[in-house]
Amino acid sequence: MKTKLALENGSVFPGESFGASSEVTGEVVFNTSMTGYQEILSDPSYAGQIVTMTYPLIGNYGINLEDLESVKPQVAGFVVKEYFDYYSNFRATGSLGDWLEEHGIPGIQGIDTRMLTKMIREGGALRGVLSAVDLDDDRLVAKARRSPQMKGLDLTRQVTTAEPYRWDDIDRTPFALRPQARKDRNGRKWNVVAYDYGVKHNILRRLTSYGCSLNVVPSSWPAEKVLELDPDGIFLSNGPGDPAAVRYAIENLKKLIGRKPIFGICLGHQLLALALGGKTYKLKFGHRGANHPVKNLLTQEIEITSQNHGFAVDPESLDPSAIEMTHVNLNDNTNEGLRHRELPVFSVQYHPEASPGPHDSDYLFVRFLEMMEHQAVSVGSNAR
Amino acid sequence: MQSGEDNRIDSELLSSYINQTFRKESHQTLPKRTDISSILIIGSGPIVIGQACEFDYSGTQACKVLREEGYRIILVNSNPATIMTDPDLADATYVEPITPEFLEKIIDRERPDVILPTMGGQTALNAAVALAESGVLEKYGVELIGAKLDAIKKSEDRELFQAAMNRIGLETPRGAFVRSLDEAMEVVESIGLPIIIRPSFTLGGTGGGAAYNMQEYREKVEHGLSSSPIREVLVEESIMGWKEYELEVMRDLKDNVVIICSIENFDPMGVHTGDSITVAPAQTLTDKEYQAMRDAAKRIIREIGVETGGSNIQFATNPENGKMLVIEMNPRVSRSSALASKATGFPIAKIAAKLAIGYTLDEIPNDITKQTPASFEPTIDYCVVKIPRWDFEKFKGVDDTLGVQMKSVGEAMAIGRTFKESFQKALRSLEQDRHGLGMDGKDSFLVRELSESKRAEWRKKIIDRLKHPKPENVFYLRHALQLGVTPEELHQVTRIDRWFLHNIKQIVDFEEELTSYTL
Repeated sequence: MKTKLALENGSVFPGESFGASSEVTGEVVFNTSMTGYQEILSDPSYAGQIVTMTYPLIGNYGINLEDLESVKPQVAGFVVKEYFDYYSNFRATGSLGDWLEEHGIPGIQGIDTRMLTKMIREGGALRGVLSAVDLDDDRLVAKARRSPQMKGLDLTRQVTTAEPYRWDDIDRTPFALRPQARKDRNGRKWNVVAYDYGVKHNILRRLTSYGCSLNVVPSSWPAEKVLELDPDGIFLSNGPGDPAAVRYAIENLKKLIGRKPIFGICLGHQLLALALGGKTYKLKFGHRGANHPVKNLLTQEIEITSQNHGFAVDPESLDPSAIEMTHVNLNDNTNEGLRHRELPVFSVQYHPEASPGPHDSDYLFVRFLEMMEHQAVSVGSNAR
Repeated sequence: MQSGEDNRIDSELLSSYINQTFRKESHQTLPKRTDISSILIIGSGPIVIGQACEFDYSGTQACKVLREEGYRIILVNSNPATIMTDPDLADATYVEPITPEFLEKIIDRERPDVILPTMGGQTALNAAVALAESGVLEKYGVELIGAKLDAIKKSEDRELFQAAMNRIGLETPRGAFVRSLDEAMEVVESIGLPIIIRPSFTLGGTGGGAAYNMQEYREKVEHGLSSSPIREVLVEESIMGWKEYELEVMRDLKDNVVIICSIENFDPMGVHTGDSITVAPAQTLTDKEYQAMRDAAKRIIREIGVETGGSNIQFATNPENGKMLVIEMNPRVSRSSALASKATGFPIAKIAAKLAIGYTLDEIPNDITKQTPASFEPTIDYCVVKIPRWDFEKFKGVDDTLGVQMKSVGEAMAIGRTFKESFQKALRSLEQDRHGLGMDGKDSFLVRELSESKRAEWRKKIIDRLKHPKPENVFYLRHALQLGVTPEELHQVTRIDRWFLHNIKQIVDFEEELTSYTL
C-alpha cells in the first residue's frame, strides 16, 4: 500500500506502508542505533516524533514481550529503508509490522533514509506528516507546516502515569545485567520516589535490581507529597518534549534540592539544571543513538553511551562555583552530566540504563545508591 | 521519625565523600612512549591458505604510522611480494625466514627496544612466543608490545582459555582430553550426544569425527586413540549448526574498550569463518542479546590481558534458546580485522599500532571525521557481505566439503543498503564468471525447462548436496527455492538462519517476477 512522508521543507518521500495505515504528524528525527528498534519504539521520550532509523534493515528479529520500555509503541510514526516482515529470533512472539498495526502506529519503508537523515543533519529536525490516507503532496506539506513545534511543548503530560504506583519488577532475562542489590544498614531496601516524566521501564528495573523499592509518581506530583513519603532518594526520569515548558516540575524540584539525594536522567537532567538556575536549548538535530562517546571528566574514562535527546543543558548558564560539569560528549563537546559541589544532586543527559545500547554507564546507579548510603550515615551523625 | 532539620544533609561530609568516590582513581594522561626508540615488526611470511595479504595490509599500516611517530622501524618478512617490504616503509628491512634463529640474529644486530608481534598473523605471534620462551627476549632486553606472552598463552592454550572464561562466568564448549576409553565414557556422561572426537597431533585432524550414538562413540574414540601418536583425544560438545558471531574489540592502556564491528556468519558453526559468507553488522540479534555479547567481549579482553590493540572474539549461540558460548579469541589483528576496517572505516591496524606505543583511544583522531576521537563505536547505515573464493580446480583430488579447516584462497566484500544488494555485488566481484544469483545466463540448466519427473529427481539431488557445505551451495539454494523447497526445509537441511534464506528467496522471487514480463 502506498504511503508518503512529507516534510515542512517541501520534500515528499513516497514509499510502502507497514504497520497501521493512518495519518500522523510529528517531529522527524533519526536514530543511529543498529539494534534495539523495539526499545526505541516503546520509549516514551519519542512521544510526538516520527523516528527514522539510519540502519537500513529493520524487523529482522521481530518483537518480543521482554524488551519493551513501556506497554506500547510511543512514537508517532516509523520510517525505515527496508522493513523485513520475516523475523528470526528464538524470543520473537510476532512481527514488528503486526505490533505497530495492533497499536495504530503507521510505518513507511522503501524510502531513502540516508537522504532524509542528511536533510535533518543539515537543516535540523523537521516537522513532518506520515500518511497512507492522503497522498496529495501539497496538502501533506501544508499539514506538516501546520503541525506544532517541539519547542515550548510539554509532552510529559501525555506520557506520565495518571496515578502513583509501586514498582518491584526486575529484568529476569538471561541477558540482563545481574542484580546487585545493596541494602541499607538495617537490611532494608532503599525507598526511592521516581518522578515519571515518561520513564523507561529499564530504569525502574535497574533501580530495583540495585535494591530500591520504588514509588513512581506523576510528573506534576507536589514536592510536599514527595517529602511526606520520607524517601531515601528521589529519581527524575527521562521524558519527551521541551524541558523549559514543564514549569511545574522545575518548581517542585527547587523545593526538593538539598532535602534528599537526587539523581536525574535525560529530561530529568535538564529539569534539574533548570531548577538549579540554568538554561536549556534545542540542539540542531539532537543525539539519538547507541554509540555516543562520553568522557567522565572526573575519572577521564570514556563511556560509549545510549542517547536520546533533542534539548541540551547550557553549561555556561550554571554557576561554576556551585555546579560542576561531570561529563562531556566527545563528538560535539555538549554537556552530558553535572553535579552540585555541595549537595547530593547529580544527573546525566544520556541513558545509563541502556536499552538499547551499551552497559558502560551502569555505575551511575551505584553512585546514587552510595549517595543514599552516605546520607543515611550523615543523617545518623547529625542525629547524634 | 526524624525532624525535618535532621533530615537535611551534612553537605561538607558529603562533598568530601563525592569527591573521593567520583574521582576514585583519576588516571594521568598517558603520553606516547619515549623510553623506546626502535621497534621490530614481524610480518607473516609467504602467502598460504588462511594467511594472505590481510597481514601485509596490517603490517604496512603499522610500519607507516610508527615511523611517522619517529620510531626506527626494523621489519622482517620473508615474502618480497609485499608492500611492507618496500624499502621506504621501514628503516631496516630483512627479507629472511621468520624463524627464532634468524630473528635472534636480527635482534642481536639491530638491538630493537620492543617487538610488535600482533600484525603478522599467527606466524608472527608464534615466532614471538618462541623468542620469549627460549629466553632470547630477556637476553637482549627486548619487550613485547601489543600482546604480552601471558596473554598470548592464555588465549591459545585450550585449558588455560577455558579456565579464564570460567573465572569471568562465561562458557566454552564443554570437553576434555582423554587417554583411555574408560575416561572417555566418564566424559560423555556429562556432555551427552552428539559429541565430537578430535585426536591430538594428527595431521589435518585425521581419525576424528562426530558420534551420534554410544556405539559410534566407542568406535571413534578407540580409532582416535590409536591414530594419535600420544594416544590422546579431545572429546567435545557438538555445536554444529549453532549460529556464529564475531566481535572486533580494541583496548587501550587506560582500559577503555570499544567494539569496532559485529559480524554474523551466514554459514553455521562447523564451517571455518574464513570459508563462511559473513555479514556485518550482526542481523538477527536483539539489542539485549548483542549487549550481552558486547559485555562478554569486554570481560574477555580484560581477563586474557590484551593490554592494547585489537582482538577478535568468536561466539556461538544456540538458535533455539540463545545460549552463548565463547569459541576463541585472537589477541592480534586478524583476517576479520581487515574486513571490519573496510566495513566500518575504522583503521584497526593503524590504531592498534598507536595504542601499542602508549596513545589512548581518546587521544587519536578518527580518520573519517577528523574532528571526533577514535574512542567511539562505528555505526553504519549499510550492510556488508563478504564471500570467500575457492579454487578447487587447482587442487585436484582435494575434498571440496567445507569444515573446520579453511580452504578458501581469497574473498570479495561488497557494501549495499540491503543484504540482497551487498550479497549480489560480492558474488559478482568474485570474478568467477557469475554475475550474481540468477539471471546471469550462466546456469548449467534451467529449472523452468525441467520436466515434472526431472524436477523431483533434481529436488532430491540438490537437497542431498546441500547437506554438506560446499563452495557452490548458494547457487543450489536458489535452485532448491525454484523447485519449491521452502526456506524452512532449507533451514532444516543447512542450519543457515531463516532470515538469510528468506532474503535469498526474495532474490529468487524477484527473478521470477522479472521473467514473467515481456520486452
